[in-house]
Amino acid sequence: METNSLLLILILISSLIPGILILLLDEAQAFQRNFLNLFGAVAKVALVGWVFVGYMQGETYAFIYGLAPDLTFALKADKMGLLFAALSSVLWLVTTLYAIGYLKGGKHQRRFFAFFSLCVTSSTGIALSGNVVTFFVFYEFLTLSTYPLVVHRGDDKAVEAGRTYLWYTIGGGTVLFLGVVALFVLAGPIYFGQTEIIASLVSENTLQLTLIFFLMLSGLAVKAAIFPLHGWLPISMVAPAPVSALLHAVAVVKAGAFGIARLVYDVYGIPTSEELNLLTPLAIFAGFTIIYGSVKAFYQDDFKKLLAYSTVSQLSYIALGVAITGVLSATGAVVHLVHQGIMKITMFFAAGNVAETYGFYRISQLNGIGRKMPLTMGAFTIAAFGMIGLPPIAGFVSKWYLGLGAVEAGSYWVVLVLLASSALNAAYFLPIVYRAWFCEPDQKEVLPKYRGPFEAKALLLIPVVLTGLFSLAAGLFAGSNYSPLAIAREIAEKLYPNLP
Amino acid sequence: MKEFPTSALPALLVGLPMLLATMSLFFRVKGRALLGVLGSFLVGSLAFFAFIEVAKYGTIIHILGGWEPPLGILLRIDPLAAVFIGLTAIIGIFISLYSWWYFRARIASIGRFPLFWPLWFFLWAGLNGLFLSNDLFNLYVTIEVITICAVALAVLSGEAKALKAGLRYLLAAIIGSMAYLFGVALIYGSTGTLDLNLLGEVLKPGNTKTFALIVITLGLLIKKAAFPFHFWLPPAHSAALAPVSALLSALVVKGAFYMMLRLWTEVFEVSLTFAAGQLIGITGAAAVLWGSWQALLQTNFKLLVAHSSVAQMGYLLMMFPLLIMAPGQDADSAEWLAPAWTAGIFQVMAHAFAKASLFLSAGIVVMALGHDRIESLRDLVAWMPMTAMAIGIAGVSLIGLPPSGGFLAKWMLLKGVFLSGQWWWAPAILAGSLLTAGYVFMLLRLAFAPARVKDPFRPVPKILQVCALLLALGSFLIVIPAENLIQFLEGSKSFGSGIESIMKGGGYGNE
Repeated sequence: METNSLLLILILISSLIPGILILLLDEAQAFQRNFLNLFGAVAKVALVGWVFVGYMQGETYAFIYGLAPDLTFALKADKMGLLFAALSSVLWLVTTLYAIGYLKGGKHQRRFFAFFSLCVTSSTGIALSGNVVTFFVFYEFLTLSTYPLVVHRGDDKAVEAGRTYLWYTIGGGTVLFLGVVALFVLAGPIYFGQTEIIASLVSENTLQLTLIFFLMLSGLAVKAAIFPLHGWLPISMVAPAPVSALLHAVAVVKAGAFGIARLVYDVYGIPTSEELNLLTPLAIFAGFTIIYGSVKAFYQDDFKKLLAYSTVSQLSYIALGVAITGVLSATGAVVHLVHQGIMKITMFFAAGNVAETYGFYRISQLNGIGRKMPLTMGAFTIAAFGMIGLPPIAGFVSKWYLGLGAVEAGSYWVVLVLLASSALNAAYFLPIVYRAWFCEPDQKEVLPKYRGPFEAKALLLIPVVLTGLFSLAAGLFAGSNYSPLAIAREIAEKLYPNLP
Repeated sequence: MKEFPTSALPALLVGLPMLLATMSLFFRVKGRALLGVLGSFLVGSLAFFAFIEVAKYGTIIHILGGWEPPLGILLRIDPLAAVFIGLTAIIGIFISLYSWWYFRARIASIGRFPLFWPLWFFLWAGLNGLFLSNDLFNLYVTIEVITICAVALAVLSGEAKALKAGLRYLLAAIIGSMAYLFGVALIYGSTGTLDLNLLGEVLKPGNTKTFALIVITLGLLIKKAAFPFHFWLPPAHSAALAPVSALLSALVVKGAFYMMLRLWTEVFEVSLTFAAGQLIGITGAAAVLWGSWQALLQTNFKLLVAHSSVAQMGYLLMMFPLLIMAPGQDADSAEWLAPAWTAGIFQVMAHAFAKASLFLSAGIVVMALGHDRIESLRDLVAWMPMTAMAIGIAGVSLIGLPPSGGFLAKWMLLKGVFLSGQWWWAPAILAGSLLTAGYVFMLLRLAFAPARVKDPFRPVPKILQVCALLLALGSFLIVIPAENLIQFLEGSKSFGSGIESIMKGGGYGNE
């Protein structure tokens, strides 16, 4: 096998093998488990970095294995995939640290870390999939490997949440399956980027192609939590904090959003999507979800639920950016894939820290928490400002490009949606920030469960500070050549080769 | 007639298990089990060898006693038979290993069931014989051997429940056999031959043939537990001992399916109308929906798994409507034949692995709990993670989620359905998947839920759990060599070539 194909396989097995090995370990072998985990996570970051650099220098990376006649398992590196793979692998490393600290002394860690690794395998698999079938395989594998994590606590509430999660995702998977097979039968094995295949079929199969698009879209929209298919996300918040952080801010929901981007950009292609009028419904649903999620978040008192509804809203920025044509909105969509991930994971880490250290799960308990946990809440504040869209934080960059894109495309209603959403974001995030920093703590003093030199366990603190800094850096250095923005811009420009 | 390499292999594949079965009668209980396990490896290696030979030389035949058909009996291994023999061998080895430990562990409570080993090897001989047979009467004999062994195995535990179910099983099987035999008699009366290949050439369309076809198909459908003749299967399969349930569900029902596949594609092609195929497809779809729905309603693990067998066997019948051309369609250009065949074969394999694993897991659960009420599976994940894993993996393959063998089967079936334009099967296929997800995750949900009783599970030997887990993994691993396997099968007489072209080819053809 060529080195370049081998590298892609290595990226996948750098988390698959630790996952399997961890299952074979004993529950008590914490050191070996953590070592395997961290080794895999570091190796994955390094490998993705290697491939990324190689790709930028003009190398090509692909791997193909024939499963059945014309049914191939294909991996391929392209910019958008690598961006997603980089996001997943870096955040996996950070979250692994966090999870080790968070779960220390907890039960069933073997199971947790094993499936955690399998999840990341699927999410990088999704990123590197070279064709629709491979994407589908990993997409479904992700559903399966997340289930044990959602029900990890094992109480009745978690088990119920798992049930809801499965009904949504398996249902969505079935619809997607139908769409994928129908597409396969109509157009043959489609590799991402071969948009000319669909384009050549449009004139004769308008109805079928439209139908297939919406089948696949609704399958993907479940994971992307687009209204009315978002119901599983807030309920899944019973999962432990690292799961909510990585999977429900990054891996699972991004799989949906990334899939939508692939579907529009690399399967149907923008010209075909526009010709068939597929994007307007997507834009409308995404726009509605943005407002709906924000409004729902506004009424939550449960910290994690609020974050979950905020995720529902923020994710649809990506779908919205995809649905509006133009370089600028495409840039906004792709860059938000990264930015939303680092900001939201910061917030989930922060929420987890507060819950772990003080046992606070509600917004109303957070009075004065900033003084007790300045680093945690500092990172949270950065992320919250970013979500609202204040410069110079990451979220501002995405919103700026999305807004410009909407103006460019003449969709002024989108600008209104963005403004309304920003106002709502401010309305539910600012009170938290205000409470944390400016309100007096409640009369009854709650003692922290953790005692030590820092405000929280070091392993919980380092990740949140890191991702908080990422959020700041992604905005501050957006102009640099290697920022997510620069890469997103290159991707977008390649999508619209005819535009200046 | 084209010349085929002859070899003693086919005869050995039947003879060896028969010999082992007879030999085992001379051993005491302990030796018998040892002989059983060693013997299973022996038969397994032989099957593996046969598989390699077929891959190298193509179809291999053996003429018993040198008497050529139509007078004598001819055994043949073509790729299709080799796949079924290989599958039986792999699953047989695992079930033998499991049984060894299973019966040892049960000494205290019930007994060792010394008859298990001879019956199982006679059953194995019967299955191999069935796959190798090339004439209608031989098929009848082998399926009778299978039935008798299967019924005897099913009532092995001697419990009232098992006896009652076994009696029902026996009755259904005998009615099925009678119907089949009647059809064979009709054909023999009008053509004077029983050899499948000769029949393919001699049989002319006509009332006798149509009637014989209907009677034979009906008989096989009963034996295969197709809807609405499935009533005997769930009680019989669920009341048997765990390794027996696994054998019955994974292998025995596949025998009748294999016969039907052979007869429909190699003998009866002319009489088959589009409507006949559709009718079989409808019974298949009905079985999928009804069986899955019933499985969802069960409160006992083994009954659930047994109902799931009814459903999964229904998927097999859904390949038949795709094999028969509608008026105006030409088999040579029918690109959905290959997907339909692939779907059928992979469904057989994936279901065999997954179902064997599930029944073996059910046996483990019964051993640990003393009963198999689903409600008591609570906290299984913490107590027996390996078994929970096996149930999960096997279940995922049954649902048809990627990258399992079940997924490949459903993918191919759906692809065939769209390619042939018979899209009306798609809802049943997908609804079946969703219902399957419903009952699989019902099990898993409980497995993750907290226990209501303290320390509910008694320890079970690890090796039993390993067997179940490996079988479950098997339902995924078959995907890896899928492409080679499909190419291998394309050397088979009927695979992917369609009924029309078989007619044109005639004879023993893999040219």
